[in-house]
Amino acid sequence: MTLSAASSPAEETAVELTGVNKWYGKFHVLRDVNLNVRRGEKIVICGPSGSGKSTMIRCINRLEEHQAGKIIVNGVELSNDLKRIDEIRRDVGMVFQSFNLFPHLTILENCTLAPIWVKKMPRKDAEELAMHFLKRVRIPEQAAKYPGQLSGGQQQRVAIARALCMSPKIMLFDEPTSALDPEMVKEVLDTMVSLAAEGMTMLCVTHEMGFARQVADRVIFMDAGEIVEADAPEAFFANPKHERTRAFLGQILH
Amino acid sequence: MTALPGSSFVRTQPAPVLPPPALSVGPVGWLRANLFSGPFSSVFTLLAIVAIGWVLPGLIRYLFIDAIWSAPDGEACRAPTAGACWAFVTHKFSYFMYSSYPREAVWRVDLTLLMGAILVTWLLLPRAGAKRVGALLFFVAYPVIAFVLLSGMESLGLPKISTDLWGGVFVSLLVSTVGIVFSLPGGVLLALGRRSRLPMVRMASVIFIEFVRGVPLITVLFMANFMLPLFVPENWTPDRLLRPLVGVSLFASAYMAEVVRGGLQAMPKGQFEGAMALGLGYGRMMRLVVLPQALTKVIPGIVNTFIGLFKDTTLVAIVGIYDFLRTVETARLDPTWAGPTISTTGYIFAAFFYFVFCFGMSRYSQAMERDLSRDRSR
Repeated sequence: MTLSAASSPAEETAVELTGVNKWYGKFHVLRDVNLNVRRGEKIVICGPSGSGKSTMIRCINRLEEHQAGKIIVNGVELSNDLKRIDEIRRDVGMVFQSFNLFPHLTILENCTLAPIWVKKMPRKDAEELAMHFLKRVRIPEQAAKYPGQLSGGQQQRVAIARALCMSPKIMLFDEPTSALDPEMVKEVLDTMVSLAAEGMTMLCVTHEMGFARQVADRVIFMDAGEIVEADAPEAFFANPKHERTRAFLGQILH
Repeated sequence: MTALPGSSFVRTQPAPVLPPPALSVGPVGWLRANLFSGPFSSVFTLLAIVAIGWVLPGLIRYLFIDAIWSAPDGEACRAPTAGACWAFVTHKFSYFMYSSYPREAVWRVDLTLLMGAILVTWLLLPRAGAKRVGALLFFVAYPVIAFVLLSGMESLGLPKISTDLWGGVFVSLLVSTVGIVFSLPGGVLLALGRRSRLPMVRMASVIFIEFVRGVPLITVLFMANFMLPLFVPENWTPDRLLRPLVGVSLFASAYMAEVVRGGLQAMPKGQFEGAMALGLGYGRMMRLVVLPQALTKVIPGIVNTFIGLFKDTTLVAIVGIYDFLRTVETARLDPTWAGPTISTTGYIFAAFFYFVFCFGMSRYSQAMERDLSRDRSR
C-alpha cells in the first residue's frame, strides 16, 4: 500500500522541474525554474525572445544540459547516464521550429526510422503505424515524397506524425508555427488542437495566443530566465498580475 | 467586332510567316551563340582553332599514321620517320599486366580481375538489385577468394606464388582498391573521433591525422616498410606487399578524415537534434541520419581523394613493388626495343591507363551526385 501511495503522485506528474539553473558561459539563461506538469496537462509558454523558454523545454529531453536543480520526467531523473537519457527521449516527442525532418528519407521513412531502430518494431508494423499517423495529420498521400517536396505546413505536420509514431507520453513543441507562412499556421495548430483533445501531455512554446486560450490549462510567462507568471488562460489574459506580463501581452496582442 | 468597311488600317489577310532570322537559328545561330557571342569569345575561338590546327595534325600523325602497329622487335621503330611504337606495347602487354607472375598461372589473375570487375559493376550500377548480397560478396568473400587465387593454396592444387613475383596492372589495381576500401571507413572513424567529446579519442585522432597528413606518402611508405616489422611479433614478418598496402590505407584515411569532417561540419544542428529527440543513440544517429547526408555532400571531395590515391599508388615502386608504371619503366629499358620513341610510347600508354580510370571515377561520381539530388529537392 505504501508503495502505491508513494508512486501515485509520480504517476500523476509528467514533468517536474525543481530549482533548475543553467548558464551559457556567464549568461544565466534559466534562474531557479520550478514547474510541475500533471499528466494530460497542456502548458503554453510565452515570453520575449531570449527569455529561456526554448532552453527550458529543451532541458526536458536533454538537448540542453542543466547545471543545477532537478528534472524528473515520467518518474526518471535526468542525469548524465546516457541510458536514462535515451529512455526519456523515447517517451518525449519533440517538434521543432525548423521541422528537422531528414531530407534524405521519404516521409514514410522519416516516420518509421525511430520505431524500427529504437523500438525494434518490424518494418511492416512500423509502416502501418506511420500511415495511421500520417492519416491523422491528413497527408497520407505524401508518404512516398521527400521532405523537400512538401510545403512548410505539411512538413511540420509530418514532424508531428514522426514524433507520434514513438507513442510518446509527452510532447514538446518549440515554436512550431514560427517558421511557417501565415496561411499554413492554421493547419498545424488544428493538428495540435486535436492532439490536445486526445489528452496528450503538451508543453508548447508559442506566441499563438488564440491556441493558448483554446487549449492551454496553464499559460506560463517567462522573462530573463525565470517563470514570472503562470495561470489559467482566462485569468492570465484578463488580468495579468505582473507588470512585465502586461507589457509583453500589450506588445503581442495589440 | 467587325472591321470598318473601307478602312485601310485594318489588315484583311494574315501577315505572311517570315523565316526566323538566319543569324539566330541553325548552324550559323549556334556558332554565333556559342563561339562568336562577343569580341572576347571570337578572339578565343580563333586562338583555339589556331592552337588545335597547330597541335592536332602532328599528334594524329605521331599516334596513328606514322605509328608502328606490329613488329617483331624494335628495328622498325628505330626508323627516323617512325611515330609511336605500339608494337612495343602489344609485345610487352602481358608484362605490363602481370609483371613476373608465372605465365602458366596468369589465368588466376584474370579470373580475380574478372570477378572484381563484375562485383564492382554490380555495386556501382544503380539498376542492379540485391546490393546487400553484392556488398557481402565484394567485401567479405571476394578478398578471401582473391587472396587464395593470387597467392595460391597447395591443398586446392594452386601452387604458391610469392608476392615478390606480383606486379603490373593487377598490383596497381590491388593497391588502389584496398586503399579505397579501407580509406573511407577509416576516414569516417577518424573524422568522428576528431569531433568526439571524449578527449582521449579526439586527441588520438587529431595526432594521427595531422601526423600522417604532415609527411609525404613516400615517408609513410618507407616507415611502413621498415618500421611495421618492428611493431609485430618477431616470428611474423609482414608480407612485402602488405606493408605498402597498410601504408597507403593509413595515408588515404587521414586525408579522407578531413573530407568527411567537412561534410559533418556542414550538417545543420537540427539534424542531430531531430535524431536525438527521437531517441536514436549516437551510433544510429550517425549511421542512419548524419553520415548518409554528410557523405553525399562531400562526394566530390571523396572522389578527389580516391583519384589522388589511385595515382599515388605509383609511389609504391619506391619500396620495391612492381606496380604498372614501374613495369613500363623497366620495359622501356629493354635493349631489343631500344629506340627514340619507346619511352614516349610507354608513357603515353601509362597516361592513357591512368586517365581512363580517373576519368571514369569522376564521371561516375557526377552521375551519382545527380542521382542523389534528383529526388530530394524540389
